[in-house]
Amino acid sequence: MFDQTQSLPPLPGVGYKPQHYSDILENTAPVGWLEVHAENYMGDGGRPLAQLRALSEQFPISVHGVGLSIGGEGRLDPDHLERLKQLVGWLDPASFSEHLAWSTHDSHFLNDLLPLPYTDQTLARVCEHIDEVQTALGRRMLLENPSSYLAFAESTWAETDFLTEVTRRTGCGLLLDVNNVFVSATNLGYSPQAYIDAFPLDAVGELHLGGHDEDEDDHGMPLLIDSHGREVADPVWGLLDLVLERSGPKPLLIEWDTDVPDWSVLRDEARRAEAALARVHA
Amino acid sequence: MITVSQDAFRAGLLDARVPVPEGLKDNEGRSAGRRYAVYRNNVAVSLREALETGFPAVASLLGKENFAMVAGHFLRQSPPASPLMMHYGEGFPAFLEAAEPLAHIPYLGDIARLELAQRASYHAADCPAFDPAVFQDLSDETLMAGYLVLAPATKLVKSRWPMLSIYRYATQPGAAKPGAAPENVLITRPEFDPVLHPLDAAAAGFVQACLSGANFGAALEAAGPDFDLPNTLSLLLSSGAIAQLKL
Repeated sequence: MFDQTQSLPPLPGVGYKPQHYSDILENTAPVGWLEVHAENYMGDGGRPLAQLRALSEQFPISVHGVGLSIGGEGRLDPDHLERLKQLVGWLDPASFSEHLAWSTHDSHFLNDLLPLPYTDQTLARVCEHIDEVQTALGRRMLLENPSSYLAFAESTWAETDFLTEVTRRTGCGLLLDVNNVFVSATNLGYSPQAYIDAFPLDAVGELHLGGHDEDEDDHGMPLLIDSHGREVADPVWGLLDLVLERSGPKPLLIEWDTDVPDWSVLRDEARRAEAALARVHA
Repeated sequence: MITVSQDAFRAGLLDARVPVPEGLKDNEGRSAGRRYAVYRNNVAVSLREALETGFPAVASLLGKENFAMVAGHFLRQSPPASPLMMHYGEGFPAFLEAAEPLAHIPYLGDIARLELAQRASYHAADCPAFDPAVFQDLSDETLMAGYLVLAPATKLVKSRWPMLSIYRYATQPGAAKPGAAPENVLITRPEFDPVLHPLDAAAAGFVQACLSGANFGAALEAAGPDFDLPNTLSLLLSSGAIAQLKL
């Protein structure tokens, strides 16, 4: 439906943080691509845009939006969509992705990825919004599965069915966040393996891995928080192996957004991702 | 079936007194409770951290605990109006000035203005270097009718407080204790990092007139009799403050 000039390579990537700029330019291996949050590069100029231009000459770039509010009840913010169109226009990134979530309501941006119920009504609205984004950008987008802490009594669709139907109706691809699967499955008491079984892996254009924190709910049940502030947990690496076994090699991102460590720590995580990818090649 | 609108979901995010909406459950059908509080916490913490990062001098002057309390009130009253967090806090200076418990720190608003202006400068559009040769061989008449257009990253913050000294005292260990004289600040961005320059009242008058679109002659007039044109022009030139001289 849309012509893509390039796509992400099936290699480890990392979420780009400005404090790693010179490290990344010096020694990149094994990192084969970078992901940036769209909203951080919507200023008019200065260092952020200069760095992004320089990085894009050396790496395939994935633009990952956190503010479009695709799951919002209201219309997409036309100003924000226009800003996104500008960014994607000059950068021509290898990929654009966003979340199955909402963050804006009544022109208030809440700076978090908030959950939506899975109903016929929300399905129609999400698809409408994705159509609008894909038409505005002239490209196929990827939609990421959320991390969930609670459920909506009104939901009538399983998340995997909901996402499958979104790809069928809109032609969009999916970004499978393996940590989010583990977090949601733990929090809502289902099997992460069963979720992967039901997930339309053919539509997956990118995988995410990040760290989570451990907490408890009111009844002493485990409550995992998707914090992106530490190493990827061992069971998540295990779940990744299961995904890769079925999907084959995919672009695989390490996300680390809070308490950002030295580059060497992030690179070690990328090496672990590289090893996981190598096991599928073999 | 109980549905939860985004109106209802949001209401409790910004106000902990609002009960968790019915219709939000754990996997055994019990009220979501603490699970909903995860979102409540994410919103408050992420916005508070954004304010802390954006207003380090205000945070340092207030101290961590007081800043958290003030920021908590502000973010509930004025959540961001767009997903561009780089601009968040535009209403913070006025909020600080109107907050009664902060009335004994009347300069806080200007410190916040100075921090906002630095952020705006940091993200402003790039500007090609200005060639001062343009000034040569100009008749007085042509110059006075011309417009000194300042770079998008050039900002001016005026104050009746010793704003720059207070700002440095709050952010730089070992900085001198502020005096009492008012200070205006010119912000320029030679390459990527904003630089702060103190500016006397006459020079600030000149820069403000240029920023608001006055021609050179009118800007000189606004600056008044105490204005030191050569020194100010030399500062503007050496700091990359000028975009062009439009004749």
